Amino acid sequence: MIMGTSAYRSDRSDRTYTSHMSHPSQKSHPSHPSHKSHNTMASRLLRLLFAVLVCSSVTAAQQKSSCIECHLKLEDTRLSAPAKNFDNDIHKSRGLSCNDCHGGDPTADTKEGAKDPRKGFLGKPKTLDIPAYCGKCHSDANLMKRFNPSLRVDQEREYYTSVHGKLLKEKGETRVATCISCHSVHGIRAPSDPLSSVYPANVAETCAKCHASADYMKPFGIPSDQYTKYKTSVHANAIYVKQDLSAPTCNDCHGNHGAAPPGIASVANVCGQCHARQAELFQTSPHKKAFDDRQLGECITCHSNHAILRPNDNMIGTQQGALCINCHSNGDKGFAAAGIMRTRIDELIAGIDKSSGILNQAERKGMEVSKPKFELKGATDALTHARVLIHSSSTAEVDKVVGPGLEVAEKGYQAGLASLGEWKFRREGLAVSLIFILFLAFLVYLKLRQIERRQVT
Amino acid sequence: MTIEPLKDWLDERLSISTLQAMAAKKEVPLHRHSIWYYFGGMTLFLFAVQVATGILLLLYYRPSSENAFESVQFIITEVKFGWLIRSIHSWSANLMIATLFIHLFSVFFLRAYYPPREITWLSGAVLLFIIICFGFSGYLLPWNKLAFFATKVGTEIAGVVPIVGRPVLRFLRGGDDVTGATLTRFFGFHVAVLPAMATVFIGIHVLLVQLHGMHVPRKYEHNYQRMKFFPNFILRDLIGWILAIGVLAALAALFPWELGEKADPFAPAPAGIKPEWYFLFMFQTLKWIPAKILGMDGEVLGIMTFNAIALLLFLVPFIDRDPENRRRHLIFNVCGVVALLYIVVMTIVGYVAK
Repeated sequence: MIMGTSAYRSDRSDRTYTSHMSHPSQKSHPSHPSHKSHNTMASRLLRLLFAVLVCSSVTAAQQKSSCIECHLKLEDTRLSAPAKNFDNDIHKSRGLSCNDCHGGDPTADTKEGAKDPRKGFLGKPKTLDIPAYCGKCHSDANLMKRFNPSLRVDQEREYYTSVHGKLLKEKGETRVATCISCHSVHGIRAPSDPLSSVYPANVAETCAKCHASADYMKPFGIPSDQYTKYKTSVHANAIYVKQDLSAPTCNDCHGNHGAAPPGIASVANVCGQCHARQAELFQTSPHKKAFDDRQLGECITCHSNHAILRPNDNMIGTQQGALCINCHSNGDKGFAAAGIMRTRIDELIAGIDKSSGILNQAERKGMEVSKPKFELKGATDALTHARVLIHSSSTAEVDKVVGPGLEVAEKGYQAGLASLGEWKFRREGLAVSLIFILFLAFLVYLKLRQIERRQVT
Repeated sequence: MTIEPLKDWLDERLSISTLQAMAAKKEVPLHRHSIWYYFGGMTLFLFAVQVATGILLLLYYRPSSENAFESVQFIITEVKFGWLIRSIHSWSANLMIATLFIHLFSVFFLRAYYPPREITWLSGAVLLFIIICFGFSGYLLPWNKLAFFATKVGTEIAGVVPIVGRPVLRFLRGGDDVTGATLTRFFGFHVAVLPAMATVFIGIHVLLVQLHGMHVPRKYEHNYQRMKFFPNFILRDLIGWILAIGVLAALAALFPWELGEKADPFAPAPAGIKPEWYFLFMFQTLKWIPAKILGMDGEVLGIMTFNAIALLLFLVPFIDRDPENRRRHLIFNVCGVVALLYIVVMTIVGYVAK
């Protein structure tokens, strides 16, 4: 049962060690290549110790915890904060306690007893050790099933594929993010908890803690304006203003545990996760080869990366400010196609505006035009579709939807005209009817007078 | 060619000459307040407009949650003059309730319920509730958003009444919620149950008016002239009715009744939802009433008070039956004025309030 901090550290770097010391019921896996090398008495003891630590967790949480009791009394906030914050930690809610990560004996009454290395006390892990420290449990599928069967167990492995992980592992760079940099420590909440640092609406702020600091990023030679740019983007607007948590934040494009900048070759796949149709059209367009040949990032060349603004029609065309003229010039095929596509889209917009204008006018006059207004949505849909189809760079494809869209818009316009005509007809009809009605009333009045005069005489 | 043989033939079978003799004898008192006599006839005329336009709407209306909105939309956009019929039906309903209230208060203040006219008053009070039920049930039929939520709120208020509230709510809704079943049910009430009841009570009411004649206020009992009902009074009525048609046509053409958006039971209730104007004074009262009054639920107390006032309305001719009792006369006048002011003020407040 002897497992001091140093003993743990000596074996820490071995990945199979941490992943096989979780549960006594977990039998040796014959197919695992490193299994036999660890089938020693020491490792059995270690596994047994860890299994005891985890299996007794639920009851331990309800039992006395001298760690919490003492640390809460400490004046040094660095030492009391873990005990305070742990109250909101998801691990605590699942029945785990200090000793489940740090070892030791929470039932002991003295500091020495509680932190006895003979009772597996590990203390505070070094930055280099943190991924493996968390991975002890989080990389163990059998163990994690007991707490959350749907939770992934590849975070640690994925972490080492990230820029953070690589720098940590390969260069011993401790300024990089590890588990606790993003998830916090001793107050770790589920990502679905709005107070969690990795809740979708909080992710950008969490990443920005380091990535928005020019000083912190200087040694790594990477910019620090991503967060500022992202906050101006259509995606940030969706998350922060529209409260749409499905909109992408940092980890949706860069990955979370495996965080890395997407390369030129894969950026289209990243955007294509959500913008599938645009990505598909782009793959079939003449731009695909041209971008590949020039090593241009597929989506970001036109839309940028972090400061992705809401696309608008001025981005396409041949006028000043259009993106197409950055590469195309008058006389080439692309220039002509860009001009045509823009013209067709403008025509459709004008058609929709004309129709909705006259329909709104009719509606303000009290006419029932909800049906043609609803049908006009067909033209708006066609416009949206046409704006997507420009990613094919094919004027014929754009024409296929603009044409029917214009027909729908024209139908709406005719309905508006008919409504206004009907409105005029009603007014004129009312005037004629009122003349007739008043005349009739007057006739009855004359008759009444005639009768009453006769009655008097 | 003469029509005399035909007249004789009809007279022999229908006793037209007897009716003519009765009509010739029938007279209407003429005094300072004779103008109020016309409102009963006007209400009856507007009811006839409702029946006529309602029958025309029935030709196209489909009473189901899937089709009701679309069928009304079809009526007002595709059917020739469908918009006119639908708008007249809606405007006429509102004008009818307005003339009905005027008729009610004029009868109240002129004491036209004194013996032997108690049953005339009672049948009129029943007709008031029948007409209000017509309005409540008809409001839902286009199955639009406002009507849906107004019905939801309205039936919820009925459900608050102790003991009977819950069964009444379930009966009205045809279940726990306002659904297509409620629409079908309301349609049944609107086009079958209520018209049958209205026909019976209008028959009784008009018959009793003919039987007892027009009531003359005490002040003019010995000092009034007479006007022949036929043709003098009826021709005046006719002028009013013709003008009413003009007003209805103008309202329908200048302010066509809106259809709004189709009801969506899963959508949140729109902000500032209000019932029809004739329920506004009650709605506003229930909005303002404190949550607790003397330990009792304020809303329940409010609803029970309105029920008590409704009951009191029926009992008016049995409480105030002595024309000589001046003190009671005064109390009734004050109550009537207060009630009228309360209804007017709370309706305006309810209309203006957000």
